[in-house]
Amino acid sequence: MLLILLILIPLLTGLLSFAWKNNSVKGWALLSTLASVFVALVAFVAQKGGILVFDAPWIPSLGARFSLDAGGMATVLALLTAIVYLVIFIAQWNKPLENLNRFFGLMLLSQAGITGVFLANDLLLFYFFWELALIPVYFLASTWGEEKRIQTIYKFFVYTFFGSMMMLSAIIYLYLHTETLSFDYQSIMAAGKSLDFTKQQVLFWFVFVAFAVKMPIFPFHTWQPDTYEQAAMPVTIVLSALMVKMGLFATFKWLIPVLPQGVDFWSNTVMILCIIGIIYASILAFVQTDLKRLVAYSSIAHVGLMCLAIFAQTDAGNNGVLLQMFNHGINITGMWILVAMIEHRYHTRDMRELGGMASVAPTMVIGLVIIAFANIALPLTNAFVGEFMLFHGIFQSANPHHILYMVLAGTGIVMGAVYTLNMVQKVAYGPLKNTMEVSDVSANELIGLMIIIALVIVVGVYPDIIFGMIG
Amino acid sequence: MKPLIAAGIFGIIMMLSSVFIKEKRQSSTLAILLLFALVGINVWELAQSLQSGGIPTYLFNDMLRFDPYSVWFNTILSSLALLYGLMNRKHIEAVGKYVGEYYALLFFILVGGNMLNAYNSLLILFLGIEIISIPQYILAGSDKKSLKSSEASLKYLLTGSFSTGIMLMGIALLYGAMGTFDISQFDFGADGSVNLMSVAGILFLVISLGFKVSAAPMHFWTPDVYDGAPTTFTTIMATIVKSAVFVGFMRLFKDSFSSISPDWTLVVAIVTALTLFIGNITAVFQQSVKRMLAYSSISQAGFMLFAILAVNATGMQGMILYTLAYSVATIGMFTIVAKLKDFTYDGFNGLAQKEPFLAFSAAIFLMSLAGIPLTGGFFAKYYMLMSVMRQGGWMNVLVVFALLMAAVSTYYYFRVIWAMYFKKGNAELICNVSNYDRFLFGIATAIIIVLGIFPNFFIGWV
Repeated sequence: MLLILLILIPLLTGLLSFAWKNNSVKGWALLSTLASVFVALVAFVAQKGGILVFDAPWIPSLGARFSLDAGGMATVLALLTAIVYLVIFIAQWNKPLENLNRFFGLMLLSQAGITGVFLANDLLLFYFFWELALIPVYFLASTWGEEKRIQTIYKFFVYTFFGSMMMLSAIIYLYLHTETLSFDYQSIMAAGKSLDFTKQQVLFWFVFVAFAVKMPIFPFHTWQPDTYEQAAMPVTIVLSALMVKMGLFATFKWLIPVLPQGVDFWSNTVMILCIIGIIYASILAFVQTDLKRLVAYSSIAHVGLMCLAIFAQTDAGNNGVLLQMFNHGINITGMWILVAMIEHRYHTRDMRELGGMASVAPTMVIGLVIIAFANIALPLTNAFVGEFMLFHGIFQSANPHHILYMVLAGTGIVMGAVYTLNMVQKVAYGPLKNTMEVSDVSANELIGLMIIIALVIVVGVYPDIIFGMIG
Repeated sequence: MKPLIAAGIFGIIMMLSSVFIKEKRQSSTLAILLLFALVGINVWELAQSLQSGGIPTYLFNDMLRFDPYSVWFNTILSSLALLYGLMNRKHIEAVGKYVGEYYALLFFILVGGNMLNAYNSLLILFLGIEIISIPQYILAGSDKKSLKSSEASLKYLLTGSFSTGIMLMGIALLYGAMGTFDISQFDFGADGSVNLMSVAGILFLVISLGFKVSAAPMHFWTPDVYDGAPTTFTTIMATIVKSAVFVGFMRLFKDSFSSISPDWTLVVAIVTALTLFIGNITAVFQQSVKRMLAYSSISQAGFMLFAILAVNATGMQGMILYTLAYSVATIGMFTIVAKLKDFTYDGFNGLAQKEPFLAFSAAIFLMSLAGIPLTGGFFAKYYMLMSVMRQGGWMNVLVVFALLMAAVSTYYYFRVIWAMYFKKGNAELICNVSNYDRFLFGIATAIIIVLGIFPNFFIGWV
């Protein structure tokens, strides 16, 4: 029942938001996310006592069921989703937008879709939520954002829809090979395993392309920097903090156990692609002057590392992925909120026009520094624990080149430190370039930042708060 | 049987009523009442048919065969006609003076449609195809002052006559090879029955039926006729007629020709691939939404051809879903096009500001046509693809190709959504949108969404 609530709350409140006429829809949406966070927390605690499930018939003639399952990783990600939306809505409070009711309605619908992707335990239901998440985000990003958004977002849409279509053919294929014709997780797994080696090899790409586009993994990433840049900030956060996790989580749940032989055959290829992505994105991040593009490229590098650990297929790596998915979601949300605050005050994101912010907005700079530290995985921040475990996992991998891969991926971390600190230095310190009168952090922004920073430090010092819960 | 007779009588009533009823509005009202009655008679027939346990009834020396599938399909056809009539009454009245006759022709089309889903003899198939085609020739040219409309009518008549000729040739050859018109008695297992004559006959039928459903490369008439005919009558051609012919097409190939499917599958597969490719790629380059929808109807026909390729029960279920999802969405889209002054993409600019509900419905229709989950179009495509994948082998390649084409189709469907939602402009309407219109669009949208979430509701019990 808890699980269905996690989807129903944003779905219903989202649909009702469209009917709202005035600005109070802000409060309504905030209430909805507060309720979601509460339910997600309860589910997070409750699933320790046993796995939460929900199951009801849906389309009998196809054998599809409306079945949800909150295994460890799914609950953590559902919680992350609820928290990220809460923080977005808090930080968005004092920033003007047109057509607020449509904005919040679409945001909440996308929340329902994303949560559903994490919880679905039926392949067809999973596919439904996968698309339900995409459509509202498409409308959000095309309606609010910068000048060239329509073409850019359409590019993103076509990439992901192309991936979805490939996945759909694989879904039908797997479905027709299940024994009792159902989309149930167990029977899909059995069907995938029963396929012969060649079929698994081919099917691997049909499934993986959809996930790789969403993450995104080199060379499927070309939509990402433009889309992040052109979309409005709340949408960018949804894309980078949550939709990325859809790709990672889906690889973890619907690809690795379903097509084991195909994964074994291709994992080296995917790992090489991940490493190319990490290094390539880090190098590109060096030369960016736009804050949004810098964070976008840095995100490609971080996601590449997580994907690398998933394909290393070790216990340490898997635990690291679980923790780091949560951390990356939190950290990048903080990063985008700060970028939005800077842009809101200076009306520019160009680092060459910024500087000396520390002297006018000290609180904001403290936030920026902490989040930047988390971004480069400094000890005592959450990302340190996560990335440590990722590297540990990659090191233990059965892949013959695992040490080389680990070293190469490590250079990405070093480069990450360089460009992130360089960014902090340019934006916050040095001579004050822009003499515009700016205010420091406002109350709602402070609350949003405090939630992020608290999670950064608590999980950094005591990661068992996540692990202990899911055992 | 009752619906077939009723549709014929209603058609005649409409025709004669023109003598007494001079008001256009009254004609429409009468027609809509009769359409309601027709749907009711269909439901009655369906209930009887289900009650008798689904055993088919044969009539007129086995020339007609009614089973729950055909009666259910016919119920859908008449309901679509009712939805069309309700949504389009203003547009039909605006076309010309002889409103009663237009409705009479609509009823005759339904007679033909009913024959196509219940025939058991090739003669009735031929009769059905002709009864469904001749009213179309007239409707296409009903806007007598427009040169384009007359051109469309003539073009359709000429090309349509050729295809009729080819169909007769095919039927004659099959009769020669089989010695009967009764499709349930075709026995390709008998010695010497699979020969040049029967295979050529089947291929001629593929060509002529492919022409009627606008499958490539027999599609060249479609864009011009759809574009030239008054928009409101294009709607009938693209939805009710196309669906009815498809069911006729499917019945013949699934029930009678499936035993020699290796002889014709490759041809139909090539036609399918061509239809998908030409329909989708050409639609991308269109500047007018009306013409784009014409090409879109070609590309959707490519998906419906899958049911013919598959020759299994999944394909039959898929055909029902596809017919419903595609027809409701297309009726809705054409009705919106008929309300607009400018048929180009720019004509849609800013529609979301002006008519939010209309734009929302249009967005749902377009997403359904593109096959996005939560809309009926998704399950329609899903069943079609699944039915073909069941056959396995090289047909899987066709499935992947079709999905890539579906990804292409998002381009032209979403261009309309861009225009409505993200572009500034003042979409000019030729008539006001009343609450009555909104209500009907709401029903159509609801059908699409219910189909997209609970498809079982429509096919679970057939």
